[in-house]
Amino acid sequence: MMIQLIAFLTAAVVAGTPLLFATLGEIIIERAGNLNLGVEGMMLMGAVTGFMVGLKTGNVMAALIGAMVAGAAGGLIFAFLTITLRANQVVSGLAVATFGSGFSTILGRQLVGQTAPQAIKLFFKTLNLPILSKIPFIGPILFKQDPFVYLGYIVAIMLGIYLFNTSKGLNLRAIGENPGCADAASVNVSLYKYIHILFGGALCGLGGAYLSLVYIPTWQENVVSGRGWIAIALVIFASWNPYKAIAGAFLFGGLDIIGFRLQNAGIQFPQSLVDIIPYAVTILILVVVSMKKSKKNAPPKNLGVAYFREDR
Amino acid sequence: MLRFVKRDEISKRKSIMIKIASVMLALVIFGIFIIFLKKNPIQVYQSMIKGSFGSAYSTKETIKLAIPLCIAALGVSVAFKMQFWNIGAEGQIMMGAFFASMFALKMPNLPRPMLLILMMAGGVLGGSLWALIPAIFKAKWKTNETIVTLMMNYIAIKWVTFLQYGPLKDPKAKGFPKIANFTQNAILPDLFGVHIGWIFALILVVVVYIFMKYTKKGYEIAVLGESEKTALYSGINIKKTIIISILLSGGLCGLVGMIQASGVSGTLAYNVSGGVGFTAIIVAWLSSLSAPIILVISILFAALEQGGSFIQSSFGIPEAAAQILQATILFFVLGSEFFIKFKIERKVGDAL
Repeated sequence: MMIQLIAFLTAAVVAGTPLLFATLGEIIIERAGNLNLGVEGMMLMGAVTGFMVGLKTGNVMAALIGAMVAGAAGGLIFAFLTITLRANQVVSGLAVATFGSGFSTILGRQLVGQTAPQAIKLFFKTLNLPILSKIPFIGPILFKQDPFVYLGYIVAIMLGIYLFNTSKGLNLRAIGENPGCADAASVNVSLYKYIHILFGGALCGLGGAYLSLVYIPTWQENVVSGRGWIAIALVIFASWNPYKAIAGAFLFGGLDIIGFRLQNAGIQFPQSLVDIIPYAVTILILVVVSMKKSKKNAPPKNLGVAYFREDR
Repeated sequence: MLRFVKRDEISKRKSIMIKIASVMLALVIFGIFIIFLKKNPIQVYQSMIKGSFGSAYSTKETIKLAIPLCIAALGVSVAFKMQFWNIGAEGQIMMGAFFASMFALKMPNLPRPMLLILMMAGGVLGGSLWALIPAIFKAKWKTNETIVTLMMNYIAIKWVTFLQYGPLKDPKAKGFPKIANFTQNAILPDLFGVHIGWIFALILVVVVYIFMKYTKKGYEIAVLGESEKTALYSGINIKKTIIISILLSGGLCGLVGMIQASGVSGTLAYNVSGGVGFTAIIVAWLSSLSAPIILVISILFAALEQGGSFIQSSFGIPEAAAQILQATILFFVLGSEFFIKFKIERKVGDAL
């Protein structure tokens, strides 16, 4: 029983890792005050580009950089539309989602069925961390994973420190809450928004690359299959906090696979009903937070509102 | 240096010109993309038109695609006019289809007109109830409706998936996960070779146009969208207005679900909407939320989709290219709105 539980939780961490990257990316974007619903599109762009570069070069670094550049390119379209041209964020985000989906289908057309090269598979094979992996229960779950998973931990913690313990992170949070105020304190609002939206897009791209290079390691159309939308839910679940995003991503990752696991154990429980849980919980959280009108766990105050200095 | 100045008012003609120019620009950019695929863009565009309107058959197929887009976009536009970002059309379509299908599956032997009317009522009811939930949250606690409606899409899709693979799985389908086909009584009749959904679409375009333009409620919705404070001072019942417009918005989307289940797939399935709810948002936005323009744009988008599958077979350009073209058009029109709202001037004092 214990062994099965550990095996399940280990798999939950793996399933949660692409969600973690995408969620961290969207947290950073939303902290800058922009609601980008194009996560699914940016993940797909990263997935296909990362896979393609990986296949052509066999080089891990090149593949990851390719994925990040592609995700950031999706973010750039969104940033240019919503920051410079002050277009509606909801519609711009949906446009990026549509674009990314078409982009990955077209680029991936000749890749269908291809497998990630051996060099990349070897690089991302399970790596037991010394000492840490010996911790009972937690060790095998968290620290007998592939390097990409560890990268997720590192990025999450670094983003947490950046957001809550540095002055630049404070500026960013100020922009999400009250850009006029940040502007008055001579923070370059547009530049901050651009940088963070691009970086957020790059993280979404990495999340996509994890799917195509490590999780599935064979190219298939629509490899992200809705995880981008779950990531948007996760941002709320994690209340825009990178640390909470770690736990949230692994929880949602577990939900993603629990139905099939139970089925293998002979318990019939429909996965499609489990799939409802993340969305329902997210709605519940949103409602409760808005009912309490508490500032804690609330979205950045100016989320979704374009900033135009002359409007003040 | 350049600076941006807010325009006072722009003539309607000029703003339409800017939008048409931006669509043209998108077509040019996409043409360049086609050149990269080593194809002749003019030929590709020509064959897209041929593929969507070239024969009676293809025209009918295009109209079949335009019907759900048009009605769902009308629904979305009512909510958007109020600045209620209902991106839950997809879910409302699913729930409409679900409610309508319940009548079709449980009372298959009712007389055809009665059953169809019941199914329509069910579709409207399902869609509007599904939209009502976020509306109540919004009216009561100002809960962000964008995310709630987005999440509810997936709840609806997963719910129908569950039904399809579980309780409603057709035992006669030999293990294949599908819901039983409707009886003939539950299928929308054809008129001129296309199911009568197209008549609904035309009527609804007129109705929504009149409602938004010439009725008190329609005016109140527009005022509320412009400014909540103005609405409050002029004595508009804000909560009531939100609820009514959302019921209408969701109801229209729910009707789309009924039409798709009854007129197109002949049963309920988790992909009965197939992304129409999202494309409808794009259509509504491109049309500046105006009902007559929605009709035009939905036919255009349907033609893109239909033409997209045609160029796949004749040029080997993947169907997904149509998706990229749709997104590119949207990018450019979104961007063009900036030039409708602002004009660029040289900063005073700059040397020429």
